[in-house]
Amino acid sequence: MKVLVCVKQTFDTEAKIELKDGKINDAGINLIINPYDEVAVEGAIQLKEKGIATEVVIVSAGADKAMDAIRTALAMGADRGILVKQDSAADEYARAVALADAIKKENPDLILAGHVAADDGSSQVPTRIAEILGLPHVNVITSIEIAGGKATCTSEADGGTAVTEVSIPAVISSQVSWNEPRYPSMKGIMQAKKKPVATVDAIAVENKVKVLEFALPAGKTAGIKIEEDPDVAAAQMADWMKNTVKVEVK
Amino acid sequence: MAGTWVFVDQRDGNIRKVTYEMLAEAKKFGGEVAAVVFGKGVEGLAGEFAKYGADKVYVADDDIFAAYNTGAYVAQMVAMIKEYSPNAVLFGHTMNGRDMASRLAQKLDAGMATDAIAAEISDGKAVFTRAIYAGKALAKVEVTGSPIVATIRAGVWEVVESAGAGEVVKVAVAATAADVYQVAKDFVPTVSARPELTEAAVVVSGGRGCKGPEGIKVVEELADLLGAALGGSRASIDSGWLGHELQVGQTGKVVCPGLYIACGISGAIQHLAGMSSSKFIAAVNTDTEAPIFNVADFGVVGDLFKVVPLLCTELKK
Repeated sequence: MKVLVCVKQTFDTEAKIELKDGKINDAGINLIINPYDEVAVEGAIQLKEKGIATEVVIVSAGADKAMDAIRTALAMGADRGILVKQDSAADEYARAVALADAIKKENPDLILAGHVAADDGSSQVPTRIAEILGLPHVNVITSIEIAGGKATCTSEADGGTAVTEVSIPAVISSQVSWNEPRYPSMKGIMQAKKKPVATVDAIAVENKVKVLEFALPAGKTAGIKIEEDPDVAAAQMADWMKNTVKVEVK
Repeated sequence: MAGTWVFVDQRDGNIRKVTYEMLAEAKKFGGEVAAVVFGKGVEGLAGEFAKYGADKVYVADDDIFAAYNTGAYVAQMVAMIKEYSPNAVLFGHTMNGRDMASRLAQKLDAGMATDAIAAEISDGKAVFTRAIYAGKALAKVEVTGSPIVATIRAGVWEVVESAGAGEVVKVAVAATAADVYQVAKDFVPTVSARPELTEAAVVVSGGRGCKGPEGIKVVEELADLLGAALGGSRASIDSGWLGHELQVGQTGKVVCPGLYIACGISGAIQHLAGMSSSKFIAAVNTDTEAPIFNVADFGVVGDLFKVVPLLCTELKK
Protein backbone atom coordinates (compact mmCIF):
# COMPACT_ATOMS: atom_id res chain seq x y z
CA MET A 1 0.00 0.00 0.00
CA LYS A 2 1.36 3.38 -1.02
CA VAL A 3 0.81 6.19 1.48
CA LEU A 4 1.26 9.78 0.44
CA VAL A 5 1.62 12.56 3.01
CA CYS A 6 1.10 16.25 2.24
CA VAL A 7 3.32 18.51 4.28
CA LYS A 8 3.47 22.28 4.45
CA GLN A 9 6.44 24.22 5.64
CA THR A 10 5.35 26.74 8.28
CA PHE A 11 6.83 29.17 10.76
CA ASP A 12 7.90 27.73 14.08
CA THR A 13 4.92 28.10 16.43
CA GLU A 14 7.13 30.05 18.83
CA ALA A 15 7.89 32.63 16.13
CA LYS A 16 6.97 36.25 16.70
CA ILE A 17 5.14 37.72 13.72
CA GLU A 18 6.18 41.07 12.30
CA LEU A 19 5.22 42.97 9.18
CA LYS A 20 7.58 44.34 6.57
CA ASP A 21 6.27 46.47 3.70
CA GLY A 22 2.76 45.36 4.58
CA LYS A 23 3.60 41.66 4.33
CA ILE A 24 4.42 38.99 6.90
CA ASN A 25 8.19 39.19 7.44
CA ASP A 26 9.81 35.77 7.16
CA ALA A 27 13.39 36.97 7.66
CA GLY A 28 15.17 35.05 10.37
CA ILE A 29 12.16 32.83 11.11
CA ASN A 30 12.82 29.19 11.92
CA LEU A 31 10.82 27.05 9.50
CA ILE A 32 9.36 23.69 10.47
CA ILE A 33 6.98 21.06 9.13
CA ASN A 34 3.46 22.16 10.08
CA PRO A 35 3.01 20.29 13.41
CA TYR A 36 -0.27 18.73 12.24
CA ASP A 37 1.42 17.42 9.08
CA GLU A 38 4.36 16.12 11.10
CA VAL A 39 1.89 13.89 12.95
CA ALA A 40 0.61 12.63 9.59
CA VAL A 41 4.20 11.79 8.56
CA GLU A 42 4.69 9.87 11.80
CA GLY A 43 1.38 8.07 11.28
CA ALA A 44 2.45 7.00 7.78
CA ILE A 45 5.82 5.75 9.02
CA GLN A 46 4.09 3.75 11.74
CA LEU A 47 1.83 2.17 9.11
CA LYS A 48 4.98 1.14 7.26
CA GLU A 49 6.55 -0.27 10.41
CA LYS A 50 3.41 -2.33 10.99
CA GLY A 51 3.76 -3.76 7.49
CA ILE A 52 0.57 -2.06 6.26
CA ALA A 53 2.24 0.58 4.10
CA THR A 54 4.98 -0.37 1.67
CA GLU A 55 6.01 3.10 0.61
CA VAL A 56 5.68 6.57 2.15
CA VAL A 57 5.84 9.49 -0.28
CA ILE A 58 6.04 13.10 0.89
CA VAL A 59 4.53 15.89 -1.20
CA SER A 60 4.92 19.57 -0.44
CA ALA A 61 3.70 22.55 -2.44
CA GLY A 62 5.78 25.63 -1.86
CA ALA A 63 8.94 27.57 -2.56
CA ASP A 64 12.39 25.94 -2.97
CA LYS A 65 13.05 26.11 0.75
CA ALA A 66 10.12 23.70 1.35
CA MET A 67 12.71 21.09 0.34
CA ASP A 68 13.95 21.28 3.95
CA ALA A 69 10.55 20.15 5.21
CA ILE A 70 10.60 17.23 2.76
CA ARG A 71 14.12 16.25 3.86
CA THR A 72 13.05 16.33 7.50
CA ALA A 73 10.17 13.96 6.73
CA LEU A 74 12.56 11.71 4.80
CA ALA A 75 14.92 11.75 7.79
CA MET A 76 12.03 10.60 9.97
CA GLY A 77 11.68 7.56 7.71
CA ALA A 78 9.66 8.44 4.59
CA ASP A 79 10.95 6.96 1.32
CA ARG A 80 10.92 9.72 -1.25
CA GLY A 81 9.60 13.20 -1.90
CA ILE A 82 7.98 15.46 -4.44
CA LEU A 83 8.33 19.23 -4.32
CA VAL A 84 5.57 21.00 -6.20
CA LYS A 85 7.04 24.42 -6.83
CA GLN A 86 4.46 27.06 -6.11
CA ASP A 87 4.38 30.69 -5.11
CA SER A 88 4.04 31.09 -1.36
CA ALA A 89 1.05 33.40 -1.94
CA ALA A 90 -1.05 30.53 -3.34
CA ASP A 91 -4.43 30.30 -1.61
CA GLU A 92 -6.12 27.15 -0.33
CA TYR A 93 -7.79 26.50 -3.67
CA ALA A 94 -4.58 26.85 -5.68
CA ARG A 95 -2.68 24.68 -3.18
CA ALA A 96 -5.29 21.96 -3.32
CA VAL A 97 -5.33 21.98 -7.13
CA ALA A 98 -1.53 21.73 -7.27
CA LEU A 99 -1.31 18.97 -4.66
CA ALA A 100 -4.21 16.99 -6.13
CA ASP A 101 -2.51 17.00 -9.52
CA ALA A 102 0.71 15.61 -8.06
CA ILE A 103 -1.22 13.06 -6.00
CA LYS A 104 -3.21 11.84 -9.01
CA LYS A 105 -0.01 10.95 -10.85
CA GLU A 106 1.16 8.90 -7.84
CA ASN A 107 -2.13 7.03 -7.47
CA PRO A 108 -1.68 6.34 -3.73
CA ASP A 109 -3.90 4.08 -1.59
CA LEU A 110 -4.03 6.56 1.24
CA ILE A 111 -3.45 10.31 1.45
CA LEU A 112 -2.61 11.82 4.81
CA ALA A 113 -2.25 15.48 5.85
CA GLY A 114 -2.63 17.63 8.94
CA HIS A 115 -6.19 18.89 9.40
CA VAL A 116 -5.04 22.49 9.61
CA ALA A 117 -1.88 24.50 9.03
CA ALA A 118 -0.44 26.40 11.97
CA ASP A 119 0.17 29.46 9.79
CA ASP A 120 -3.02 30.28 7.84
CA GLY A 121 -5.27 28.15 10.06
CA SER A 122 -7.60 27.46 7.15
CA SER A 123 -8.34 23.71 7.48
CA GLN A 124 -9.46 23.55 3.85
CA VAL A 125 -6.79 21.86 1.78
CA PRO A 126 -7.19 18.14 2.67
CA THR A 127 -10.95 18.25 2.13
CA ARG A 128 -10.57 20.19 -1.12
CA ILE A 129 -8.06 17.59 -2.37
CA ALA A 130 -10.57 14.83 -1.61
CA GLU A 131 -13.26 16.64 -3.56
CA ILE A 132 -10.98 17.26 -6.55
CA LEU A 133 -9.96 13.59 -6.63
CA GLY A 134 -13.50 12.38 -5.96
CA LEU A 135 -12.35 10.48 -2.85
CA PRO A 136 -13.90 10.03 0.58
CA HIS A 137 -12.30 11.92 3.46
CA VAL A 138 -12.26 11.97 7.24
CA ASN A 139 -10.91 14.94 9.17
CA VAL A 140 -9.19 15.43 12.54
CA ILE A 141 -8.37 11.80 13.27
CA THR A 142 -6.68 10.56 16.42
CA SER A 143 -6.23 6.94 15.28
CA ILE A 144 -6.67 4.78 12.19
CA GLU A 145 -7.10 1.10 11.40
CA ILE A 146 -6.64 -0.15 7.86
CA ALA A 147 -8.14 -3.50 6.87
CA GLY A 148 -10.03 -5.02 3.96
CA GLY A 149 -9.85 -1.94 1.76
CA LYS A 150 -11.32 0.25 4.48
CA ALA A 151 -9.99 2.85 6.87
CA THR A 152 -11.68 3.06 10.26
CA CYS A 153 -10.88 6.40 11.83
CA THR A 154 -11.44 7.75 15.31
CA SER A 155 -11.71 11.50 15.17
CA GLU A 156 -12.26 14.54 17.35
CA ALA A 157 -15.82 15.68 16.70
CA ASP A 158 -17.96 18.51 18.06
CA GLY A 159 -18.92 17.40 21.55
CA GLY A 160 -17.39 13.97 21.41
CA THR A 161 -15.42 11.32 19.59
CA ALA A 162 -16.59 9.83 16.31
CA VAL A 163 -15.67 6.56 14.64
CA THR A 164 -16.05 6.68 10.87
CA GLU A 165 -15.37 4.12 8.19
CA VAL A 166 -14.46 4.98 4.61
CA SER A 167 -13.22 2.93 1.70
CA ILE A 168 -9.69 3.62 0.51
CA PRO A 169 -8.19 5.40 -1.35
CA ALA A 170 -9.24 8.24 0.91
CA VAL A 171 -7.91 11.53 2.23
CA ILE A 172 -7.43 11.45 6.00
CA SER A 173 -6.41 14.48 8.06
CA SER A 174 -4.72 14.24 11.43
CA GLN A 175 -5.15 15.89 14.79
CA VAL A 176 -1.91 16.41 16.76
CA SER A 177 -3.03 14.01 19.47
CA TRP A 178 -2.81 11.06 17.04
CA ASN A 179 0.82 10.31 17.89
CA GLU A 180 4.13 11.72 19.07
CA PRO A 181 6.33 12.43 16.02
CA ARG A 182 9.85 11.04 16.31
CA TYR A 183 12.98 13.12 16.06
CA PRO A 184 15.03 12.15 13.03
CA SER A 185 18.08 10.10 14.03
CA MET A 186 21.57 11.02 12.82
CA LYS A 187 21.44 7.94 10.60
CA GLY A 188 18.05 9.02 9.28
CA ILE A 189 19.37 12.48 8.44
CA MET A 190 22.33 10.97 6.55
CA GLN A 191 20.05 8.58 4.64
CA ALA A 192 17.59 11.36 3.82
CA LYS A 193 20.24 13.16 1.79
CA LYS A 194 20.37 10.23 -0.63
CA LYS A 195 16.62 9.67 -0.91
CA PRO A 196 15.07 10.81 -4.21
CA VAL A 197 13.08 14.04 -4.35
CA ALA A 198 11.42 15.00 -7.63
CA THR A 199 10.68 18.63 -8.42
CA VAL A 200 7.68 19.60 -10.51
CA ASP A 201 5.99 22.90 -11.29
CA ALA A 202 2.53 23.55 -9.90
CA ILE A 203 -0.42 23.83 -12.26
CA ALA A 204 -0.91 27.53 -12.84
CA VAL A 205 -4.29 28.55 -11.46
CA GLU A 206 -5.47 31.89 -10.19
CA ASN A 207 -6.11 32.38 -6.51
CA LYS A 208 -9.78 32.65 -5.58
CA VAL A 209 -9.17 34.63 -2.42
CA LYS A 210 -7.48 38.00 -2.54
CA VAL A 211 -5.52 39.24 0.45
CA LEU A 212 -6.25 42.94 0.88
CA GLU A 213 -4.07 43.63 3.86
CA PHE A 214 -2.13 42.16 6.73
CA ALA A 215 -2.17 43.76 10.15
CA LEU A 216 -1.00 43.03 13.66
CA PRO A 217 -3.70 42.81 16.31
CA ALA A 218 -3.95 45.70 18.73
CA GLY A 219 -1.70 44.37 21.46
CA LYS A 220 -3.30 43.81 24.82
CA THR A 221 -1.63 45.90 27.44
CA ALA A 222 -0.77 44.88 30.95
CA GLY A 223 -3.34 45.90 33.53
CA ILE A 224 -3.18 45.60 37.29
CA LYS A 225 -0.48 43.36 38.75
CA ILE A 226 -0.44 42.76 42.48
CA GLU A 227 2.08 41.07 44.73
CA GLU A 228 0.32 40.61 48.06
CA ASP A 229 -0.24 37.92 50.66
CA PRO A 230 -2.43 35.18 49.16
CA ASP A 231 -5.53 36.11 51.18
CA VAL A 232 -5.27 39.80 50.24
CA ALA A 233 -4.55 38.97 46.60
CA ALA A 234 -7.48 36.54 46.44
CA ALA A 235 -9.85 39.11 47.93
CA GLN A 236 -8.77 41.78 45.43
CA MET A 237 -9.04 39.40 42.51
CA ALA A 238 -12.53 38.28 43.62
CA ASP A 239 -13.51 41.93 43.88
CA TRP A 240 -12.25 42.63 40.35
CA MET A 241 -14.06 39.58 38.97
CA LYS A 242 -17.34 40.53 40.62
CA ASN A 243 -17.30 44.27 39.97
CA THR A 244 -15.34 44.76 36.76
CA VAL A 245 -15.89 41.52 34.86
CA LYS A 246 -19.24 40.90 36.57
CA VAL A 247 -18.91 37.13 36.70
CA GLU A 248 -21.68 34.93 37.98
CA VAL A 249 -20.82 32.51 40.74
CA LYS A 250 -22.66 29.20 40.69
CA MET B 1 -30.18 37.67 -4.44
CA ALA B 2 -31.73 35.73 -1.64
CA GLY B 3 -29.75 37.09 1.27
CA THR B 4 -27.61 35.25 3.77
CA TRP B 5 -27.97 31.64 4.81
CA VAL B 6 -26.78 30.40 8.16
CA PHE B 7 -26.20 26.68 8.36
CA VAL B 8 -27.52 25.32 11.64
CA ASP B 9 -24.84 23.43 13.53
CA GLN B 10 -26.64 20.85 15.61
CA ARG B 11 -26.41 17.30 16.87
CA ASP B 12 -29.50 15.53 18.17
CA GLY B 13 -31.30 18.86 18.32
CA ASN B 14 -28.62 20.57 20.42
CA ILE B 15 -27.86 23.75 18.54
CA ARG B 16 -24.45 25.32 18.85
CA LYS B 17 -24.43 28.92 19.98
CA VAL B 18 -22.44 30.09 16.96
CA THR B 19 -25.60 29.48 14.88
CA TYR B 20 -27.46 32.23 16.78
CA GLU B 21 -24.43 34.50 16.66
CA MET B 22 -24.39 34.25 12.87
CA LEU B 23 -28.15 34.80 12.55
CA ALA B 24 -27.89 38.03 14.53
CA GLU B 25 -24.91 39.34 12.57
CA ALA B 26 -26.38 38.31 9.20
CA LYS B 27 -29.08 40.99 9.68
CA LYS B 28 -26.38 43.61 9.13
CA PHE B 29 -25.62 42.42 5.62
CA GLY B 30 -29.08 43.34 4.36
CA GLY B 31 -31.52 41.11 2.53
CA GLU B 32 -33.24 38.06 3.85
CA VAL B 33 -31.71 35.99 6.64
CA ALA B 34 -32.40 32.27 6.55
CA ALA B 35 -31.48 29.39 8.81
CA VAL B 36 -30.82 26.12 7.01
CA VAL B 37 -31.26 22.99 9.07
CA PHE B 38 -30.61 19.38 8.04
CA GLY B 39 -31.45 16.40 10.21
CA LYS B 40 -34.07 13.89 11.19
CA GLY B 41 -37.01 15.17 13.23
CA VAL B 42 -35.62 18.71 13.21
CA GLU B 43 -38.72 20.55 12.06
CA GLY B 44 -39.55 21.37 15.66
CA LEU B 45 -36.37 23.42 15.90
CA ALA B 46 -37.57 25.93 13.32
CA GLY B 47 -39.26 28.22 15.86
CA GLU B 48 -35.93 28.72 17.63
CA PHE B 49 -34.43 30.56 14.68
CA ALA B 50 -37.31 33.00 14.26
CA LYS B 51 -36.48 34.29 17.76
CA TYR B 52 -33.05 35.31 16.56
CA GLY B 53 -34.15 37.02 13.39
CA ALA B 54 -34.49 34.30 10.76
CA ASP B 55 -36.91 35.42 8.06
CA LYS B 56 -36.97 31.92 6.63
CA VAL B 57 -36.07 28.49 7.89
CA TYR B 58 -35.19 25.92 5.25
CA VAL B 59 -35.68 22.41 6.60
CA ALA B 60 -34.39 19.23 4.99
CA ASP B 61 -35.72 16.44 7.19
CA ASP B 62 -34.81 12.88 6.30
CA ASP B 63 -33.15 9.73 7.64
CA ILE B 64 -30.18 10.41 5.39
CA PHE B 65 -29.42 13.53 7.47
CA ALA B 66 -29.89 11.85 10.87
CA ALA B 67 -26.17 12.03 11.60
CA TYR B 68 -23.81 14.52 10.00
CA ASN B 69 -22.12 13.10 6.93
CA THR B 70 -20.26 15.27 4.49
CA GLY B 71 -21.43 13.67 1.26
CA ALA B 72 -25.18 13.86 1.80
CA TYR B 73 -25.06 17.28 3.48
CA VAL B 74 -22.99 18.84 0.70
CA ALA B 75 -25.15 17.28 -2.05
CA GLN B 76 -28.26 18.69 -0.38
CA MET B 77 -26.70 22.12 0.02
CA VAL B 78 -25.55 22.24 -3.59
CA ALA B 79 -29.07 21.41 -4.80
CA MET B 80 -30.58 24.10 -2.58
CA ILE B 81 -28.07 26.72 -3.66
CA LYS B 82 -28.99 25.98 -7.25
CA GLU B 83 -32.66 26.40 -6.53
CA TYR B 84 -32.64 29.43 -4.22
CA SER B 85 -29.39 31.29 -5.11
CA PRO B 86 -28.40 32.69 -1.71
CA ASN B 87 -25.84 35.47 -1.75
CA ALA B 88 -23.80 33.93 1.09
CA VAL B 89 -23.74 30.69 3.07
CA LEU B 90 -22.18 30.90 6.52
CA PHE B 91 -21.07 28.02 8.72
CA GLY B 92 -19.76 27.97 12.27
CA HIS B 93 -16.05 27.16 12.35
CA THR B 94 -16.75 23.91 14.17
CA MET B 95 -15.42 20.50 13.19
CA ASN B 96 -18.50 19.81 11.08
CA GLY B 97 -18.79 23.38 9.77
CA ARG B 98 -15.29 23.54 8.37
CA ASP B 99 -15.55 20.01 6.99
CA MET B 100 -18.77 20.71 5.12
CA ALA B 101 -17.82 24.21 3.97
CA SER B 102 -14.46 23.06 2.55
CA ARG B 103 -16.01 20.29 0.48
CA LEU B 104 -18.85 22.59 -0.60
CA ALA B 105 -16.50 25.40 -1.65
CA GLN B 106 -14.42 23.03 -3.77
CA LYS B 107 -17.53 21.52 -5.35
CA LEU B 108 -18.59 25.06 -6.27
CA ASP B 109 -15.05 25.73 -7.52
CA ALA B 110 -15.02 28.69 -5.15
CA GLY B 111 -12.70 30.41 -2.75
CA MET B 112 -13.59 30.55 0.91
CA ALA B 113 -12.60 32.27 4.14
CA THR B 114 -12.45 29.96 7.16
CA ASP B 115 -12.45 30.91 10.84
CA ALA B 116 -13.38 34.51 10.07
CA ILE B 117 -13.65 36.93 12.99
CA ALA B 118 -15.35 39.76 11.09
CA ALA B 119 -17.31 40.06 7.86
CA GLU B 120 -18.69 42.67 5.50
CA ILE B 121 -20.88 41.01 2.93
CA SER B 122 -22.47 42.67 -0.08
CA ASP B 123 -23.82 41.30 -3.35
CA GLY B 124 -21.44 38.68 -4.71
CA LYS B 125 -18.52 40.03 -2.75
CA ALA B 126 -17.32 39.90 0.84
CA VAL B 127 -14.40 41.03 2.93
CA PHE B 128 -13.50 38.83 5.87
CA THR B 129 -11.00 39.38 8.63
CA ARG B 130 -9.11 36.22 9.53
CA ALA B 131 -6.78 35.62 12.41
CA ILE B 132 -3.65 33.96 11.03
CA TYR B 133 -0.73 32.47 12.95
CA ALA B 134 -3.38 31.68 15.56
CA GLY B 135 -4.08 35.36 16.10
CA LYS B 136 -0.54 36.72 16.01
CA ALA B 137 -1.53 38.53 12.81
CA LEU B 138 -4.72 39.47 10.97
CA ALA B 139 -5.48 39.18 7.28
CA LYS B 140 -8.27 40.96 5.46
CA VAL B 141 -9.34 38.87 2.50
CA GLU B 142 -11.74 39.42 -0.33
CA VAL B 143 -13.89 36.53 -1.45
CA THR B 144 -16.04 36.73 -4.52
CA GLY B 145 -18.50 34.10 -5.59
CA SER B 146 -22.03 33.01 -5.93
CA PRO B 147 -22.64 32.18 -3.21
CA ILE B 148 -19.93 33.40 -0.87
CA VAL B 149 -18.91 30.62 1.52
CA ALA B 150 -17.25 31.15 4.88
CA THR B 151 -16.87 29.68 8.36
CA ILE B 152 -17.14 31.98 11.36
CA ARG B 153 -15.36 31.65 14.68
CA ALA B 154 -17.62 31.04 17.68
CA GLY B 155 -17.89 33.84 20.21
CA VAL B 156 -16.91 36.81 18.05
CA TRP B 157 -20.47 37.97 17.44
CA GLU B 158 -23.18 38.61 20.00
CA VAL B 159 -26.37 36.65 20.23
CA VAL B 160 -29.20 39.16 19.85
CA GLU B 161 -32.85 38.23 20.11
CA SER B 162 -34.96 39.85 17.41
CA ALA B 163 -38.14 38.47 15.98
CA GLY B 164 -38.08 37.27 12.39
CA ALA B 165 -40.93 35.82 10.36
CA GLY B 166 -39.37 32.37 10.56
CA GLU B 167 -41.36 31.09 7.60
CA VAL B 168 -40.68 27.36 7.36
CA VAL B 169 -39.76 26.08 3.92
CA LYS B 170 -39.66 22.31 3.68
CA VAL B 171 -37.25 21.47 0.91
CA ALA B 172 -37.16 18.38 -1.23
CA VAL B 173 -34.49 15.86 -0.30
CA ALA B 174 -31.90 15.90 -3.04
CA ALA B 175 -29.20 13.78 -1.38
CA THR B 176 -29.23 10.07 -2.16
CA ALA B 177 -27.50 7.03 -0.67
CA ALA B 178 -24.94 7.29 -3.47
CA ASP B 179 -23.74 10.60 -1.99
CA VAL B 180 -22.77 9.00 1.32
CA TYR B 181 -19.14 7.88 1.55
CA GLN B 182 -18.60 7.96 5.30
CA VAL B 183 -20.15 5.29 7.50
CA ALA B 184 -20.72 6.50 11.06
CA LYS B 185 -19.77 3.54 13.26
CA ASP B 186 -19.89 5.16 16.67
CA PHE B 187 -20.17 8.45 18.50
CA VAL B 188 -19.13 8.83 22.10
CA PRO B 189 -20.21 12.16 23.57
CA THR B 190 -17.78 13.88 25.87
CA VAL B 191 -19.12 13.37 29.36
CA SER B 192 -18.59 16.66 31.09
CA ALA B 193 -20.78 18.93 33.11
CA ARG B 194 -18.62 21.81 31.90
CA PRO B 195 -19.27 23.88 28.78
CA GLU B 196 -17.12 23.36 25.73
CA LEU B 197 -13.94 25.43 25.46
CA THR B 198 -14.83 27.37 22.33
CA GLU B 199 -18.37 28.19 23.50
CA ALA B 200 -17.80 29.05 27.16
CA ALA B 201 -18.26 32.53 28.61
CA VAL B 202 -15.48 31.85 31.12
CA VAL B 203 -12.41 29.65 30.63
CA VAL B 204 -10.11 28.61 33.48
CA SER B 205 -6.81 27.10 32.38
CA GLY B 206 -4.00 25.34 34.18
CA GLY B 207 -0.37 25.14 33.09
CA ARG B 208 3.03 23.93 34.20
CA GLY B 209 2.56 25.64 37.57
CA CYS B 210 -0.11 23.07 38.44
CA LYS B 211 2.76 20.62 38.87
CA GLY B 212 0.45 17.62 38.41
CA PRO B 213 -3.14 16.35 38.58
CA GLU B 214 -3.54 17.73 42.11
CA GLY B 215 -2.89 21.25 40.79
CA ILE B 216 -5.41 20.68 38.00
CA LYS B 217 -7.96 19.80 40.70
CA VAL B 218 -7.43 23.20 42.29
CA VAL B 219 -8.06 24.86 38.93
CA GLU B 220 -11.10 22.66 38.25
CA GLU B 221 -12.67 23.79 41.50
CA LEU B 222 -12.50 27.41 40.35
CA ALA B 223 -13.82 26.47 36.91
CA ASP B 224 -16.84 24.71 38.37
CA LEU B 225 -17.58 27.56 40.74
CA LEU B 226 -17.81 29.85 37.71
CA GLY B 227 -19.56 27.36 35.42
CA ALA B 228 -16.49 27.71 33.23
CA ALA B 229 -14.79 25.52 30.68
CA LEU B 230 -11.49 23.93 31.65
CA GLY B 231 -8.45 24.44 29.46
CA GLY B 232 -4.72 23.99 29.62
CA SER B 233 -1.42 25.14 28.18
CA ARG B 234 0.78 22.81 26.17
CA ALA B 235 2.78 21.92 29.30
CA SER B 236 -0.20 20.39 31.07
CA ILE B 237 -1.34 18.55 27.94
CA ASP B 238 2.15 17.18 27.14
CA SER B 239 2.47 16.04 30.76
CA GLY B 240 -0.77 14.10 30.37
CA TRP B 241 -2.70 16.02 33.05
CA LEU B 242 -5.34 17.08 30.52
CA GLY B 243 -6.51 15.72 27.15
CA HIS B 244 -5.43 17.43 23.96
CA GLU B 245 -8.97 18.58 23.23
CA LEU B 246 -8.51 21.01 26.14
CA GLN B 247 -5.33 22.61 24.81
CA VAL B 248 -5.48 26.36 24.27
CA GLY B 249 -2.91 27.76 21.86
CA GLN B 250 -1.54 27.61 18.36
CA THR B 251 -1.60 23.79 18.14
CA GLY B 252 -4.80 23.61 20.16
CA LYS B 253 -7.92 25.72 20.29
CA VAL B 254 -8.29 29.45 19.92
CA VAL B 255 -10.75 30.82 22.46
CA CYS B 256 -12.27 34.24 23.02
CA PRO B 257 -14.38 34.06 26.20
CA GLY B 258 -15.52 37.00 28.28
CA LEU B 259 -13.03 36.02 30.97
CA TYR B 260 -9.92 33.85 30.71
CA ILE B 261 -8.15 32.88 33.91
CA ALA B 262 -4.64 31.51 33.45
CA CYS B 263 -3.35 29.59 36.45
CA GLY B 264 0.30 28.64 36.54
CA ILE B 265 0.72 29.52 32.86
CA SER B 266 3.79 31.56 31.97
CA GLY B 267 2.37 32.71 28.63
CA ALA B 268 4.53 31.24 25.89
CA ILE B 269 3.83 32.96 22.59
CA GLN B 270 2.02 29.91 21.23
CA HIS B 271 -0.36 29.95 24.23
CA LEU B 272 -0.94 33.71 24.07
CA ALA B 273 -1.95 33.24 20.43
CA GLY B 274 -4.84 31.08 21.55
CA MET B 275 -6.34 33.30 24.23
CA SER B 276 -5.24 36.91 23.97
CA SER B 277 -8.42 38.00 22.20
CA SER B 278 -10.40 37.18 25.37
CA LYS B 279 -12.34 40.17 26.68
CA PHE B 280 -10.82 40.03 30.15
CA ILE B 281 -7.72 38.08 31.17
CA ALA B 282 -6.66 37.24 34.71
CA ALA B 283 -3.48 35.41 35.67
CA VAL B 284 -2.01 33.77 38.74
CA ASN B 285 1.67 32.95 38.47
CA THR B 286 4.65 32.76 40.85
CA ASP B 287 7.03 34.39 38.36
CA THR B 288 6.63 38.16 38.34
CA GLU B 289 8.43 38.27 34.95
CA ALA B 290 6.05 35.80 33.28
CA PRO B 291 4.87 37.13 29.87
CA ILE B 292 1.27 36.28 30.75
CA PHE B 293 1.26 39.44 32.91
CA ASN B 294 1.85 41.54 29.78
CA VAL B 295 -1.63 40.66 28.54
CA ALA B 296 -3.42 40.22 31.87
CA ASP B 297 -5.99 42.79 32.95
CA PHE B 298 -5.59 41.48 36.46
CA GLY B 299 -2.45 39.63 37.53
CA VAL B 300 -1.59 38.06 40.85
CA VAL B 301 2.02 37.20 41.53
CA GLY B 302 1.59 34.22 43.79
CA ASP B 303 1.26 30.51 44.24
CA LEU B 304 -1.89 29.13 42.61
CA PHE B 305 -2.11 26.42 45.29
CA LYS B 306 -2.64 29.18 47.85
CA VAL B 307 -4.36 31.92 45.85
CA VAL B 308 -6.92 29.88 43.87
CA PRO B 309 -8.59 28.09 46.84
CA LEU B 310 -8.75 31.44 48.71
CA LEU B 311 -10.21 33.04 45.60
CA CYS B 312 -12.93 30.37 45.56
CA THR B 313 -13.74 31.15 49.18
CA GLU B 314 -13.91 34.88 48.43
CA LEU B 315 -16.13 34.37 45.38
CA LYS B 316 -18.58 32.31 47.40
CA LYS B 317 -19.02 35.16 49.89
